[in-house]
Amino acid sequence: MNPVIDRVASWREEGKKAALATVVKVERSGPLGPGTSMAVSEDGQVVGSVSGGCVEPAVYEEAMAAIEGGGPRLLSYGISDDEAFGVGLTCGGTIHIFVERVDW
Amino acid sequence: MADLLSRWHTALAEQSPVAVATVIQGPEGYLGGKVLVFPEDHTGTAGNAELDKAVVETARGLLEGGRTETVHLGPRGQRRMEDVTVFIQSFAPPPKMYVFGAIDFASAVARAGKFMGYRVIVCDARAVFATRERFPSADEIVVAWPDEFLKTAEVDGRSVIAVLTHDPKFDVPVLKEALETPAGYIGAMGSRRTHDNRTARLKEEGVTDEQLARISSPIGLDIGARTPEETAIAIAAEIVALRTGHSGGRLAERSGPIHSVAADARASGESAR
Repeated sequence: MNPVIDRVASWREEGKKAALATVVKVERSGPLGPGTSMAVSEDGQVVGSVSGGCVEPAVYEEAMAAIEGGGPRLLSYGISDDEAFGVGLTCGGTIHIFVERVDW
Repeated sequence: MADLLSRWHTALAEQSPVAVATVIQGPEGYLGGKVLVFPEDHTGTAGNAELDKAVVETARGLLEGGRTETVHLGPRGQRRMEDVTVFIQSFAPPPKMYVFGAIDFASAVARAGKFMGYRVIVCDARAVFATRERFPSADEIVVAWPDEFLKTAEVDGRSVIAVLTHDPKFDVPVLKEALETPAGYIGAMGSRRTHDNRTARLKEEGVTDEQLARISSPIGLDIGARTPEETAIAIAAEIVALRTGHSGGRLAERSGPIHSVAADARASGESAR
């Protein structure tokens, strides 16, 4: 059983809003492959991960924004972002993550 | 669309195949569109009926191979346009690991197989050895002649066949049968002497050198494994290395990226269950 979808389904049953973040593309070197996902509930619970831990805090903020009605977004994190935003992958790759509110 | 999540959740719980297609780039009104694709039907929409038709067709193809990919289509599903980007993730049932020979090593290999996410089936002709007490972690325990059982078993490109009997009476017929399948990994345990003996017998039975090259024999990576547990790790590591096309050496002794992108894409179908 996929633990992320399992949790998202139980949040739905509890009437909680949630957002799903899924790795859709990995360039060069990345710790987790396409399809790896993480979900966040409106009360701040997190299940799963999208990297070795380096971009999760940023993805958490994006997921919260999606829950609050921010709309789906395709995000990219890579070594080039490191200096600009303090968020980057230590492994030197770029990962593309799609964040969406669970409204389906 | 609120039933999409529950159908997705149910498919995963029942281990039935499902592909999830999501529009991750595209014009307003398409972005975030989602289609759940099953072998027989589909639900949800990517934006319009024509686009859905193309998405469903592509997703079924990927689902058959348990593959996860990003595809580009036109707003009406046109193949040569790139206005809409769709991420299609396959959730296929777990791959199967067939372990032949209910010896102590097999118990450790079965546990390693479960740890890696395989559905593990242990088979031995001897009812005294093929027991639930000896194989608590196996999903199925089958008392049957290995070659006869393998003839009727479901084997695909993700399947692993580990022949641990190291008795030519069982080994040779089951390996011949294994070579008739599309299994992604076929391994056979045994000392150098057992290996040479087995290879000679397989050749006598008409197995070609090309076919023999498909068999990992002696089984496992060369890590100096001694115990059943260590040997299971050597076998597990070889299964991963062959699937990803990596050499199995020490990362400390080579340069370049640790993860190969192509291998990650192949692996994700398995890890995404």
